[in-house]
Amino acid sequence: MIWFTLLLVVLVLAALWASMTTTLLRSTLGLALASALLSVVMFSMGATLAAVMELSVCAGLISVVLVSVASLTRPRSIQEELASRRSRLRRIWPLPLVLIAAGVALSFVHAPVDIVLHLPKGDGDVRTVLWSLRQLDLFGQILILLAGALGVLVLFRKEAKDDD
Amino acid sequence: MTIEIPQSFWLYFTFFVLLLVDGLWCMLATRNLVRILIGLEILMKSVTFFLIAAGYLSGRMALAQALVITVIVIEVVVVVVVAGIILGFYRKHDSLDVGNTRRMKG
Repeated sequence: MIWFTLLLVVLVLAALWASMTTTLLRSTLGLALASALLSVVMFSMGATLAAVMELSVCAGLISVVLVSVASLTRPRSIQEELASRRSRLRRIWPLPLVLIAAGVALSFVHAPVDIVLHLPKGDGDVRTVLWSLRQLDLFGQILILLAGALGVLVLFRKEAKDDD
Repeated sequence: MTIEIPQSFWLYFTFFVLLLVDGLWCMLATRNLVRILIGLEILMKSVTFFLIAAGYLSGRMALAQALVITVIVIEVVVVVVVAGIILGFYRKHDSLDVGNTRRMKG
């Protein structure tokens, strides 16, 4: 349990680094690290399929997309960078203190949990649940993927027309 | 079927809240559109973690995994579309500052 708690602490630290670091590339790396650590957490809790999805899609694909966006934008001048860094530091510095305070406050909460869940019977393999019980989710996922692909196509088509 | 929630719920809840606060603060404290997207991603991580924790505590890991896979698919589509919108915005305004959205039509 100690190593698991330590893993969760490192996960929060990686997310904190992604929020606080100065460059977009470091932020993206912090996010990828947080995703990879979350996939280890999922794996240790027995959610192997979701862990693989998290590692390949979130730590891999999303990081590539974010790095591409950062590389397609012009870097700021030194003056702009310094001014932005100063104003951002003013807004972001309380975050670690808030997180430490929230963590300490919540670690003292040991109230009995009175939540009682009334769940329907049956919970088999994830593939059975996904393909047999949650077919509507799959249909929704396919629609969302198509909508996303169409959205990107429309965005870039408009850009091409603007260039003409 | 009735399930009692064990005491380890508070451990998972604590880290869920920490990630949630981190993501929200990241979104609110920045003026950079890509950083707002990164904050949104951290928020999604907290939700994903809590879904898995809920499945683990209730013994419904298969259902939790099915939901997390759905969340990840939606997350990817949101990131790709928002990244496209951010690039379009950058080409139009030559800036990633969220303050420029006030100059948009509509």
